Amino acid sequence: MPGMGEGLVVARGLRKSFGAFEAVRGIEVEVAEGEVFGFLGPNGAGKSSTMRMIACVSPRSAGELSVLGRDPDREGPRIRARLGVVPQLDNLDIELSVRENLEVYGRYFGLSRRHVRAKAGELLEFARLTDRADAKVDALSGGMKRRLTIARALVNDPDLLLLDEPTTGLDPQARHLLWERLYRLKREGVTQIITTHYMDEAEQLCDRLVVMDGGVIVAEGSPAGLIERWSTREVLELRFPSDAAPPVAELQPHAERVELLPDRVLLYVPHGERAQAAVHAAGVRPLSALVRRSSLEDVFLRLTGRTLVD
Amino acid sequence: MTAPISGLTWLLPAGSYAGRARMLLLRSATASRRTWPAVVSGFAEPVFYLLAMGTGLGALVGTLPGPDGRELSYAAFIAPGLLAASAMNGAVFDATFNVFFKLRDSKLYDAMLATPLGPVDIALGEIGWALLRGGLYATGFLSVMAVAGLVTSPWALLALPVALLVAFAFAAVGMAATSFMRSWQDFDFVTLAVLPMFLFGTTFYPLSVYPPVVQVVVECLPLYHAVELMRGLTTGAVHWGMLGHLAYFVVMALVGVVFAARRLHALLLR
Repeated sequence: MPGMGEGLVVARGLRKSFGAFEAVRGIEVEVAEGEVFGFLGPNGAGKSSTMRMIACVSPRSAGELSVLGRDPDREGPRIRARLGVVPQLDNLDIELSVRENLEVYGRYFGLSRRHVRAKAGELLEFARLTDRADAKVDALSGGMKRRLTIARALVNDPDLLLLDEPTTGLDPQARHLLWERLYRLKREGVTQIITTHYMDEAEQLCDRLVVMDGGVIVAEGSPAGLIERWSTREVLELRFPSDAAPPVAELQPHAERVELLPDRVLLYVPHGERAQAAVHAAGVRPLSALVRRSSLEDVFLRLTGRTLVD
Repeated sequence: MTAPISGLTWLLPAGSYAGRARMLLLRSATASRRTWPAVVSGFAEPVFYLLAMGTGLGALVGTLPGPDGRELSYAAFIAPGLLAASAMNGAVFDATFNVFFKLRDSKLYDAMLATPLGPVDIALGEIGWALLRGGLYATGFLSVMAVAGLVTSPWALLALPVALLVAFAFAAVGMAATSFMRSWQDFDFVTLAVLPMFLFGTTFYPLSVYPPVVQVVVECLPLYHAVELMRGLTTGAVHWGMLGHLAYFVVMALVGVVFAARRLHALLLR
């Protein structure tokens, strides 16, 4: 598509509506080759709708979209042949074994029997499922299923990997193993687009991300860049007894910004310990105080004015 | 399967056919290695009916006039009806219950659409599998009929391709109907459509038992046309009018495939 730039994915004024409801309300996105790009936002922000349009399984309602240099509306099957898709919910073939899931899926791409057999062995190794190769999918744990779904998405050696909330519902060990595998793919040069509502995941994995809310992009940048732009270096978290209103007025002068949460008060400050001393000197006595580095979660709070809720 | 379909592509949404429907057959064949009891039961059902009704009830009934007026044993009369019904049952079961599960519960078709496969590949592949299974059942049942001496004409060999066409048509329409179902409760309607057809579609007695008005209603049912075809072929009472019955199924199959593919497209590519 001429004039659409060089990115693997380029969206201009992209919109998606379902009847009267507009899930995506005009977004601009450009994903470069080799990059890990994130869509961050609460449920209902329009992340998954955007991902489905990029995956060529949901026609756009308006705007322009180019994926791998082609128009999904006209060349969907051709683009899909070069994509790897990890959906939000595992949709493995439960009537097939672990190995058959990889082999049969590879055949859908038109790959030869010999090729998929070798590839399946390789991917089982990658997903650490070699010893479960002949098990039924139902017998796998949540983490194993997720790894198998990711392995399946790699069966065609995709140019672009789309991961929709890859670690939702996994325990910490399983998440870290997955992150490690995704990082390995990044080093191998696989471009990835990830949606998540986990801030730590976005900080761990993404080179660049956009924050979506209500179908629009509210901020864009690298995780560090976003924190620098929208938050302070440190955050002082104070807890107060639940029966008394926190003394917000007294805290205000000591912070660049004060965020009142149901269970605690956040003070956005350049130096946490200095702020803590100043608050103490002003006679404020919280139940507990904690100084931490600013995170994407703080950016999110700032941008959307609320905590992440499901 | 490709040739007649490529002529149909103008009826179907663009980009919805990758020409790889056979990969779904491969998938079903792989999966069926673990679900062979279902295949066996599909074969056994009409045989059980033949034994119970043909030999049991048949002893009381005696003989009935066949399509050409010749007297037939009751077993020889109902066997072609059961052949037609088993082609229908196998195909409808595959195209409704199994397809609904993959569409709504296991989201298998969503997974397939993340590959170059399109809704037309899925529709053809699934209907094709239902047809293969129907063909397998028909072959088995025809063999049983031959061994039991219930086949009286070499025309019976044609009953096999006819069974495939019947299975194709029922699978296509069944799949189209499944695309409208919202929950497992809706499957009671499938039973409500299939069971009366099986019982009243002249499987067990000739059309002449009905008053003229009811005869017209029964003549509209697809199973009636399948039974007529099978009964004519296995008894050798072949006539030109059977082309009309065949045409019924050709139209039913084409309408079903186009409808099923369009509905899948609308459901999966939102």
